[in-house]
Amino acid sequence: MTALSAILFRDIRLATRAGGSAALALAFFAAVATLVPLGVGADLRVLARIAAGVLWVAAVLAALLSLDRLFQADFEDGSLDLIALSPLSLETVAAAKIAAHWLTTGLPLTLLSPLLGLMFGLPPRAIAALALSLLIGTPAVSALGAIGAGLTLSIRRGGLILPLLVLPLLAPAVIFGAGAVQAALDGLANGALLLLAAFALATTLLSPFAAAAAVRLNLAG
Amino acid sequence: MPSLFAFANPKRFLDMSAAVLPWFVGATVLTLGTGLVLGFLVPPDYQQGDTVKIMFLHVPAAWTAMMAYGLLALCSLLGLVWRHPLSDVAAKSAAPLGAVFTALGLITGSLWGRPMWGTWWVWDARLTSFLLLLFLYLGYIALWNAIEDEVRAARAAAILALVGVINLPIIEFSVEWWTTLHQGESILRSGGSAIAPVFLWPLLLSGLGYTLLFFTLWMVRIRTEILERRARAILLAGAA
Repeated sequence: MTALSAILFRDIRLATRAGGSAALALAFFAAVATLVPLGVGADLRVLARIAAGVLWVAAVLAALLSLDRLFQADFEDGSLDLIALSPLSLETVAAAKIAAHWLTTGLPLTLLSPLLGLMFGLPPRAIAALALSLLIGTPAVSALGAIGAGLTLSIRRGGLILPLLVLPLLAPAVIFGAGAVQAALDGLANGALLLLAAFALATTLLSPFAAAAAVRLNLAG
Repeated sequence: MPSLFAFANPKRFLDMSAAVLPWFVGATVLTLGTGLVLGFLVPPDYQQGDTVKIMFLHVPAAWTAMMAYGLLALCSLLGLVWRHPLSDVAAKSAAPLGAVFTALGLITGSLWGRPMWGTWWVWDARLTSFLLLLFLYLGYIALWNAIEDEVRAARAAAILALVGVINLPIIEFSVEWWTTLHQGESILRSGGSAIAPVFLWPLLLSGLGYTLLFFTLWMVRIRTEILERRARAILLAGAA
């Protein structure tokens, strides 16, 4: 087993075992989605109009929940120092951690979203668009979040600052993601999914470099 | 020819800025004063009436806020690549100014929006991306304040600023795509300016005034930061 897959599988195992973040993110996602109808009323027509935005925002918040520990847990117990000393570049490590985070939050959230879409009264076409947009867009959340996680690595209450750093950067993902669902709802074709894919590809490609730079400066000295 | 870094020496910066600062203050007062007075004296717009005068406070604030983020990112890049303490100080000092100009742009825009659009706030593309810009500034400031070690804070904040500046056009585009109510560009556009000269000149003057105001305050803030660090170093040396 290569060092890369070792890190990948270790992170996945940590996230899925008892007390791991994967199940918590899912529960958070479902709980937020449940509170919304209690706030805005049970009218399914209204809920269907706002479903895309609500579910996208809830998914982003759920993914952010576990992000502050992405590097921090390894930083605190010293394993990050050892990983940094290994022949593996920190960029590769960051990419592996982003992949592990997406596999344990973004992917499960995507799989749960059709059920929540159904409960919000979305028609099948819009549900498909919702799941597809989350599938395409959530890697961007993990990737940009990893930069924030690297930057706040040495801050004790980093989890409080992280959303402020990352949420404004995620505006395009929410706009294009929810836009794709809205377009499907209105029976329109538009390029939202393509734009979302472009955004997700670019951020996934570039973020490991920024995240690794952020981790490196926190390890130095 | 002296290299760029000759000016990055804090001592030399203090000497030089002390010499030019009075001139900057004078130029700021002159241009901003003239711009605002001329702006106040313009005839009422045929559609907007007297509220058009808010433009001379609002538009330059927005220009300055964007310029400040550009300068912040530039200083961050210089600081990150060449490890220049003065660039770090400059970037740090620019952030609160940029945030204030952004807030000023939002507030004056809101005050202008009330009589013109009939509402304090609309979820329009420019307003929304400006609000996001404000959050980028606040995140930057928060990150600086949260990390105790100055060198580390500077580099972390610099990475954030660079990520932000790469993302900013994408955010702009996405928000633009999302919806728009705000008028498009009317000063710099192909086919000439769409604004009457009687409004254009006071606007450009107050734009220059705001820019000078930013540079003046920036210089003062950098000087203060350098002196503060020096004072702290002296205190630490005395305590040891």
